[in-house]
Amino acid sequence: MPTKLRAIVEKIGSTSFRNSMSCLALTSSLVFAANVQAQGEVNVYSARKESLIAPALDDFSKEHDVVVNLITGSADALLSRLRAEGDASPADVFITVDAGRLYRAKTAGVLKPINSEVLNANIPSHLRDVDGYWYGLSQRARVIFYNPKKVSPADLSTYEDLADSKWKGRICVRSSANIYNQSLVASMLEVDGREKTQAWIKGLVSNLARPPFGGDVDLLKAVNAGVCDLTLANTYYYGRLGQSTDASEREVYQNVKPFWPNQAADDRGAHVNVSGAGLTAAATNVKNATLLLEFLTNHESQEWYAHVNNEYPVVEGASAPEMLEPFGEFRADTISLSTLGVNNRTAVELMDLGGWK
Amino acid sequence: MTSLPVHEKLKEMTLTNVTVGYDGGAIVKGASFQLLEGQIGCLLGPSGCGKSTLLRALAGFESLMTGEIKIDGEIISSPSITTNPEERHIGMVFQDIALFPHLTIAQNIAFGLTTWPKKAASERVNYLLDLVGLSGFQARYPHSLSGGQQQRVALARAMAPKPKLLLMDEPFSGLDAKLREELVPDIREILQHEKMSALLVTHDQMEAFAMADQVSVMDAGEIHQTGSSYEVYHQPETRFVASFIGHGDFLPATVCGPDCVHSDLGNIHGDLDHGFADNTDVDLLIRPDDILHDDDSEFVGVIVSKWFRGSHFLYRVKLSSGKVVYCFASSHHNHHIGQEIGLTVHLDHLVMFPR
Amino acid sequence: MVDSTSPSAARRLKCNWLKIAAVSIAAILALPILVVLVNVLIGNGNVWRHLYETVLADYIQNSLLLMLGVGIGAFAIGVPCAWLTSMCDFPGRKLLSWALLLPMAMPAYIIAYTYTGIFDFAGPVQTFIRSVTGWSYGEYWFFEVRSLGGAIVMLTLVLYPYVYLMSRAAFLEQSENTLEVSRTLGYSSRAAFFKLALPLARPAIVTGLTLVLMETLADYGTVQFFGVNTFTTGILRTFYGFGDVMAASQLAGILLLFVIVLILLEKHSRRRIRYHASGLRKASNRRIQLTGSRVFFTYLVCWLPILFGFLIPTGILLYWALFKAEVPDSKFVQLAWNSLYLAALAAMIAVGLALVLSYAIRLNRGVSVRTSIGIAGMGYALPGTIIAIGTIVPLAWLDHRIIDFMKQYTDQRVGLIFSGTLVALLFAYTVRFMAVSLGAVQNGLGKIKPSMDMAGRSLGTTPAKVLVRIHVPLLKGSVLTAMLIVFVDVLKELPATLVLRPFNFNTLAVRAFELASDERLVDAAPASLMIVLVGLAPVILLSRSISSRAEFSK
Repeated sequence: MPTKLRAIVEKIGSTSFRNSMSCLALTSSLVFAANVQAQGEVNVYSARKESLIAPALDDFSKEHDVVVNLITGSADALLSRLRAEGDASPADVFITVDAGRLYRAKTAGVLKPINSEVLNANIPSHLRDVDGYWYGLSQRARVIFYNPKKVSPADLSTYEDLADSKWKGRICVRSSANIYNQSLVASMLEVDGREKTQAWIKGLVSNLARPPFGGDVDLLKAVNAGVCDLTLANTYYYGRLGQSTDASEREVYQNVKPFWPNQAADDRGAHVNVSGAGLTAAATNVKNATLLLEFLTNHESQEWYAHVNNEYPVVEGASAPEMLEPFGEFRADTISLSTLGVNNRTAVELMDLGGWK
Repeated sequence: MTSLPVHEKLKEMTLTNVTVGYDGGAIVKGASFQLLEGQIGCLLGPSGCGKSTLLRALAGFESLMTGEIKIDGEIISSPSITTNPEERHIGMVFQDIALFPHLTIAQNIAFGLTTWPKKAASERVNYLLDLVGLSGFQARYPHSLSGGQQQRVALARAMAPKPKLLLMDEPFSGLDAKLREELVPDIREILQHEKMSALLVTHDQMEAFAMADQVSVMDAGEIHQTGSSYEVYHQPETRFVASFIGHGDFLPATVCGPDCVHSDLGNIHGDLDHGFADNTDVDLLIRPDDILHDDDSEFVGVIVSKWFRGSHFLYRVKLSSGKVVYCFASSHHNHHIGQEIGLTVHLDHLVMFPR
Repeated sequence: MVDSTSPSAARRLKCNWLKIAAVSIAAILALPILVVLVNVLIGNGNVWRHLYETVLADYIQNSLLLMLGVGIGAFAIGVPCAWLTSMCDFPGRKLLSWALLLPMAMPAYIIAYTYTGIFDFAGPVQTFIRSVTGWSYGEYWFFEVRSLGGAIVMLTLVLYPYVYLMSRAAFLEQSENTLEVSRTLGYSSRAAFFKLALPLARPAIVTGLTLVLMETLADYGTVQFFGVNTFTTGILRTFYGFGDVMAASQLAGILLLFVIVLILLEKHSRRRIRYHASGLRKASNRRIQLTGSRVFFTYLVCWLPILFGFLIPTGILLYWALFKAEVPDSKFVQLAWNSLYLAALAAMIAVGLALVLSYAIRLNRGVSVRTSIGIAGMGYALPGTIIAIGTIVPLAWLDHRIIDFMKQYTDQRVGLIFSGTLVALLFAYTVRFMAVSLGAVQNGLGKIKPSMDMAGRSLGTTPAKVLVRIHVPLLKGSVLTAMLIVFVDVLKELPATLVLRPFNFNTLAVRAFELASDERLVDAAPASLMIVLVGLAPVILLSRSISSRAEFSK
């Protein structure tokens, strides 16, 4: 009896059975997500959109002869999937567009530390986890954008200043559901404390030209169209508008200017988050996964981030995105990015309380 | 050459002590009767009396709690056996007609003829269409037919495979009175022409009398009496049958002899001994045609209401005791309401029930 | 002769098998919902209290307003159009009667993208106004696309076909009765509509509206894009912002309450229509002939929703795709194929299961079966992401048990068998769209009166053959309808696909969403257009099957 059972079980595990199962679903590689014993493979769960990561992964594939399998999705949904799949998860690498989610993944126990001298050497310590659970791969600054016809840069100074009543009816923001806003508030919480941050949110909300809406590109277009005079947006959206094939979008780039906030000598600098990655606790292709992360921090990849998506590199020496170069360098906030993850929940609560929709 | 799957005609169908019900509650209780070759039977009773349930049990859609149903000696239903409906060779016509809307008239009728050779089947269809007076309707769809036409198709469809027995569940209830009047004799004629045994379920006694050779009167799940139309009308065996069939009044009376009772309308003599002891208090069944208007009679009543029926008047008359009875009078005896008229009783057979 | 007797116990057993199958199917389909409910019970109340004190009232208010608006809108478009195309005659009626279904192929989030692209302050229309007049923003009035009102309009435009579909079928079935009764009673056609046709069609209309409202509740793409905070955006915001699945599930639990209320209302309004329509009434081809200004008015009423719900957005997408968007890469064909076969598979599964459930309730009207059907239909109003999470948990559990088993009895190491495969995806789709397929199948089955089964049996036909010769031909239309609706719905489905799909597996919806959420609306156009085009074929098929059935029953 046990032999028979064993035979059945082996059959289930065997290729022919898999193939017959596959026929059922028409495409063989799709049915079995997990091919645990595969050698030249690395499996990626990415919260970064496919078009913004796949080219780099393809390059890696070619250079190292490793097959990269990819799923994209929202970070929290992928995180839930990782947790449910547990130690059987096929994923090796978890990529997010925000350090807070990586912190969450670490706390949830779905990541394990990476031993890589290369990564430790390439990436500044504030852009990675202290224990090596995750590493930032590109920097994304969230700064103030303004309409020069209506706002003098001299009137602009800090994020905190946006709560000042002189901006009444002049600011557009995106929904508080947006992670970039959440992490900005999380960083303010760290510096300014709970009470001041709450007051700031109230002030900002009372200055809004209209209820929160849209995405960063919409906000930039809104500033251009005169809906409001200034807004908060990530720099790479602005850079992308400059590279657009659409004349009306290039016009937005021309008419709207970035302002680097909190640059005073004693101030913390502009808010920066990272898109980053970690090794999953269930990873079986550790070598390839590490190789992939190292690859993403090499000079070419870092240049790619800057060129293709107008993000700032995490590695010293790589060039800044060209569309943003005219506006000079800025000093970035060097707050430990894990803090953003720690504070994220409180940030959302404060935004709820402050009526930031 | 394939032989036609024609079944012998029904010789007899017997129900013995049949009880049908769900979840312990009996809807039909201990029903027994018999139907013979070529007979048209009828289950007559008010709605909700269980007659349709009994019909469905005959068709094989309900199983029995007690008793048995035999066709030509073979048990087709008992508490342990329920022959599948499709194996019983019993046809059925439904109250809601239930033609198949996706099939033509010819296809509907041929539905039960799948095992017949094609030619024979199409001949049978044409023969039946002719019989029900719908030749030329072969290719039409049910929805393009009138209600009466649909009913005829339903009949033809049920008769097509030459079933041993044809069940009809209130087949005329959806039709208007005029159509019913036409259709009832037609269908009786068709059944007799085919020499087909049939069982009709209805709540309408005129329909029952017009169609059936044998009527079983049902109430509250029980069969009260089975007999000819004449018998259930004139010789009702239970109070229910007496009151359900025809207009009837119960006149309080006291037995005054082996063939005599005493009532408000005097001593009434029957032609046979009634079997009750002297001085027993009884209710005597009086039909409207049992009481006649007679100016010379010593017994009188006051007219309460009246209906002109062409050949005669039907009066409702209040007797001195306060009891109200029906009374027939010829149509030239036109009296007005409130007038006192003389009454006399003409009864051959005394039907009475102990009070 | 074969043994002509069979114990009735055997038949009862067969019924029980069906009952067991129905209850099991419902139990399995209920798993994701159960995961949600379990979270409601074990989650702590902190986040919950916070939400209650801050944003919950806002979520509820917006959701209710959205439902109210879309409900009224779908009714106001769907019912008159159904009435005009079924009871009146005018040139072009046949074309209209199927063209009115076209917006079904248009996902709500895509219509939202296109109108935003055109009518937003930065879009060509307002830019043009500003350049011509020299006004700047705020100095002129222009409707705000991104608003609660905008969301109501977008959802109404793509959801009204459900009401149209249901009420049209109802009007066609009652046409002879109502028209003749109204004539004998001296009613004008308007009075006949309000006093007879409308009340008679009420159950069908309510069914359509229930579908619309459930879709509205579950919508995430449109409201999120417009910045309208509804219950569903609230659920996802709680999930993403607080990283708290439990709290999100608690909100989803409340959403389920909404749904249960909706389902009960719908049941209540349907309780009297079992076997209502026989499809056997005498034919009547008397339609009200429209002439002159009435034809014009009819064109206005019927063509406007098609224009705004389909022609304009498709035109915009076409323009973007042809002239402005990046040229789609070679993977595009693969995307379309993935979408297509996934939707087809899901449609077949959902309808197959719906048939089992519907037959179970037909043959076995017990409480357990009825409850099963109620539960099986609840997934329709849950946001796809929540269903996805609810799918991952039980499937991963099962996978882990299999892995443990394999470890114990063999040296084989296996990975996850169900999680992260199409099985998971198809499972989630089934949970999500069971209500649609159940509705259509039950509707069709309800028209086959039990006496037709009995007639078939008494004519010497076995139950199996009754199924083949009576049920199959009579159910074909409803089954096709169910399949097509599920097909189109799966084609448009996004959140569950995003979370559950296997490696390297993309669909058109995923591609369109990724580009759109990366704020590249124009580049999303080819994929969006493709969704519409792939969905178009089944929608046209659906329209044709409906009109041919209409002729058949008329």
